[in-house]
Amino acid sequence: MMTASSPLLQIEQLKTYYPIKKGVFSRTVGHVKAVDDVSLCIYEGETLGLVGESGCGKSSFGRSIVRLEDPYEGRIWFDNEDITSRKQKELKRVRTRLQIIFQDPYASLNPRQRVADILAEPYIAHKLVPRSEVQVRVNRLLDMVGLPKAYKNRYPHEFSGGQRQRIGIARAIAFEPKLIVCDEPVSALDVSIQAQILNLLADLQQELNLTYLFIAHGIGAVKYISTRVAVMYLGKIVEIGDKDELFRSPKHPYTQILLQAYPKPDPTLRGDKRIVIQGDVPSPAHPPAGCRFHTRCPYVQAVCRSEEPALGPDAHAVACHYPLA
Amino acid sequence: MFIDPNTPVEMLEMRKELLGLNDPVILQYFKWLLNLLQGQLGYSFSSYAPVTTIIGERLGPTLLLASASLIFGLLIAIPVGILSAVKQNTKFDYIMTGLSFIGTSIPQFFLGLGLIYICAVQFKLFPTGGMMTLGGPGDFWDRLRHMVLPVFVLGIVIAGKKVRYVRAGMLDVLKMDYLRTANSKGLHPFHVINKHALRNALIPIITVVAMEIPLLLGGSILIEQIFQWPGIGQLTIQSILSRDYPILMGLNLVAALIVLSTNLLTDLLYAAADPRIQYT
Repeated sequence: MMTASSPLLQIEQLKTYYPIKKGVFSRTVGHVKAVDDVSLCIYEGETLGLVGESGCGKSSFGRSIVRLEDPYEGRIWFDNEDITSRKQKELKRVRTRLQIIFQDPYASLNPRQRVADILAEPYIAHKLVPRSEVQVRVNRLLDMVGLPKAYKNRYPHEFSGGQRQRIGIARAIAFEPKLIVCDEPVSALDVSIQAQILNLLADLQQELNLTYLFIAHGIGAVKYISTRVAVMYLGKIVEIGDKDELFRSPKHPYTQILLQAYPKPDPTLRGDKRIVIQGDVPSPAHPPAGCRFHTRCPYVQAVCRSEEPALGPDAHAVACHYPLA
Repeated sequence: MFIDPNTPVEMLEMRKELLGLNDPVILQYFKWLLNLLQGQLGYSFSSYAPVTTIIGERLGPTLLLASASLIFGLLIAIPVGILSAVKQNTKFDYIMTGLSFIGTSIPQFFLGLGLIYICAVQFKLFPTGGMMTLGGPGDFWDRLRHMVLPVFVLGIVIAGKKVRYVRAGMLDVLKMDYLRTANSKGLHPFHVINKHALRNALIPIITVVAMEIPLLLGGSILIEQIFQWPGIGQLTIQSILSRDYPILMGLNLVAALIVLSTNLLTDLLYAAADPRIQYT
């Protein structure tokens, strides 16, 4: 659902680097380039899936957007506001509209707080709801994510993984935000629970008119929930496009390999020949020159080693010198 | 033991019978226990005053010194430890870690004597020892002046040791995902550090602080001697030198009670610090 309207979130050449420090005086000797020059837009009402293997910078990207990491360079426009260099205090107002759901529901909830306190805290901190109404709101949140109100006074350790993730989701939708970054929300859960949480996210999206940036390394979850998909490799977006089109005809060799690596539930398709990817992911501290994928690409040419391909402006864009037909 | 060798044997026997030294040990123990329950710990060999009175007089000053030092030490250790952890690997962190290393390793008697020489003898800022000026007003300010140096010496060592524990405990918690959650809620950074981080780091901090209390009483033996502080530390030394066994037994009892009650206090504080811990 691509509209001509201005994007809800616009990322311009975002770079998130982590300094590498060495020696007695901890001089910065280099950077881990977790996110390296990423530009993309997210439009209202859509779900942009972001896939890539572990360590490619997906989570750093997600956290940089909600400013839980400080970007090194670039611009983040959210809701027509430049939030790139806002201080944490100034971000308070933005946090009601821009939220994040974390990957590990076991570690992301304060073990000393009751569920009611975890959910009440945003209301109390932002002072947007009168004190007397806070508990009413908390009850409503629990209702929305399908947890019984009777569980209000329990501590996080008394819940299962799926229930904890429901608490995490309830926390994120406290102020009915516009955009939620879902940072691998289901990868820590059992497969049977994953579907429940994905359905909950889909229902909430309809109900509250939410926009998602859905980060995952499981192709299945992304295929289920996304409207558009972006593929990330070593800190860069290598391909972005409409979900169906990208899954049907991937243009980047990496996307093709990634999609093929995903185990298919249909046993009759098992015989299909697959391209097996070679080697390991290069270090993000010293990414290879030229195209970052050239060290592992089965179709590598001379130009790939020297010149870095750019991501085009098209709806289905690819950063490759020799895109697949 | 302390008897004139010329005393006739009959008189010795009479005295032994009177003191109950011929009873079986078990019986003697229960007699002692019965006396203890009535608040009787016998009489000092050297001053013939009741042991309970002597210890009672000395306990107050020691508790005052120990608690003041503990509070002073923690008032430094907790904020510095937290800041050191929050600003990990910055100049502030390095300086504070270095200072805490010095604070931990400096011998108390050395620091005490050094401070007496500099602050009391050279600059006459504080008295060299005692709890109040003899023949002076003995009011609050006078006592406070006397407390400054011993409290500083005991407190600085506590601070040195505890800064490292607070810092390490906070560093553990600061890595936790739920702090990122707290930040994403848009809470004030102070609220995040105080409510979400510090409260979760409290348990190990309570443990090491409580372990410090019995050690503090041991440490006060030296400090009370150096600063002529009339507490049980000084009494211990005097009693050992004069072989005053009734007082030493009483002091051992007090030490045991302090250790036990600190352990109880620790367990109660655990429950207060962590709502998941409940004693039923």
